[in-house]
Amino acid sequence: MIIAQGLCKKFGSLYALRDVSFEIGQGQWVALLGANGAGKTSLSRILAALSRPSAGRACVAGQWVDEKPELVRERIGVVSHHTLLYEDLSAVENLKFYAAMYRVRQAEERMAELLNQVGLWTRRRDPVRTFSRGMQQRLALVRAMLHEPSVLLLDEPFAGLDVHASRLLTHFMEQALQQNVTVFMTTHDVEYAQAHSQRTLVLVQGRLRLNEASRQIAAGQVLDLLRDTGPVGTTPAASR
Amino acid sequence: MNFIQPIRSILLKDLLLEWRNKDILVSMLVFSLTVVVIFNFVFEPGSAEMQATVPGILWVVFIFASQLGLSRSYAREQENGLMHGLLLCPVDRSLIFTAKALGNLLFILLVEVVTLPVMTVLFDLQFHHQWPRLLLVLGLGAWGFATVGTLFSAIAANTRSREVMLPILLFPVSVPIILASIKSTSYLLSGRNVQDIDPWVRLLIAFDVIYFVVCYLLYEYVVEE
Repeated sequence: MIIAQGLCKKFGSLYALRDVSFEIGQGQWVALLGANGAGKTSLSRILAALSRPSAGRACVAGQWVDEKPELVRERIGVVSHHTLLYEDLSAVENLKFYAAMYRVRQAEERMAELLNQVGLWTRRRDPVRTFSRGMQQRLALVRAMLHEPSVLLLDEPFAGLDVHASRLLTHFMEQALQQNVTVFMTTHDVEYAQAHSQRTLVLVQGRLRLNEASRQIAAGQVLDLLRDTGPVGTTPAASR
Repeated sequence: MNFIQPIRSILLKDLLLEWRNKDILVSMLVFSLTVVVIFNFVFEPGSAEMQATVPGILWVVFIFASQLGLSRSYAREQENGLMHGLLLCPVDRSLIFTAKALGNLLFILLVEVVTLPVMTVLFDLQFHHQWPRLLLVLGLGAWGFATVGTLFSAIAANTRSREVMLPILLFPVSVPIILASIKSTSYLLSGRNVQDIDPWVRLLIAFDVIYFVVCYLLYEYVVEE
């Protein structure tokens, strides 16, 4: 599960996030929408224990991020538009490295199982640089799932993927949900988010403007909110 | 055991990447050997002038070659968001620092191992049976530079002009290590007795320890936003 309590993130005088609070239960698929610069990546980075909030706190996978960031990192899997893979290493060498870093037990079996699931078993010894963008992203998903995380943080995972690769990624996430994994995904694709996620969050200029079950959101409501994409104010008071 | 495993994994990964690419070592070695050959044409072999300048040349070669390697080694982790991949791993960031510093140390030592015999032959260097002490000085100098360099390459990587920032940040802070290394090497080459050399070696050890502890503690804050 994920809890955000009054999260603020400030870069100089600029607020990327302002008083963001929400709660997500275990095993839910949540989509976070927002225009460019709305604060999606800042929020993802705080939840992934990569960045400290300027105010507020977050709890991810049952652990407060400011108290035990290492434990949080142990329980989350992160997929972003960057693959976080070494292109000069083979698929297996990349996975072995991350398996060692995450102290994955029976790593060989786990790697074989996941590589088969995403259809990369036959290419396991090839350098990642010879993979297509879709194949690299599938491997990135395997890397993120290797240590059986209870929360999957996805930051625009469909960027640059073709239809086939996107379907495979969706299928993989649905399988993760069946194993009670919480999926927290940032995206620009409103239709996809509403069709697949159980809950939709919308950030506008760093503020959480919508937090509702995806089914209950009226058509056009999210798009109306996303149209409000003016520049982020310099102080919280400026936007009030 | 908990701290050895991540250090070992990162170190082996860096060595494997270098084995595949060879871009760090090749650039360091080409630079250092070119400088040595150029200086060989400047001085008369065996002259007093050369003997007085050689320790400086030796460390200038090592330091600038190291800076090339440090710059490239961190730039590699910036590609594809790889640094984030490392920072997302559930290990203490100080262990990531230690592994990266050890990797950089190995590259610097390798350059020293290749360059020193070439210099010994070209410049007709005499070490007056002080080889073990010379190796100690080279190792301590390399470790100090690798430690500070690893921290500052992480800082420089987050700036717009990282290639320019690294030497600007690194060289002033490394002055005590550079001075102690040059002085020790100079005394070793001129055949001075141990009592003259050891204070500089002790200074080198002291700065190595201080810099390692400070960099080890600061790294976590440097790699965080």
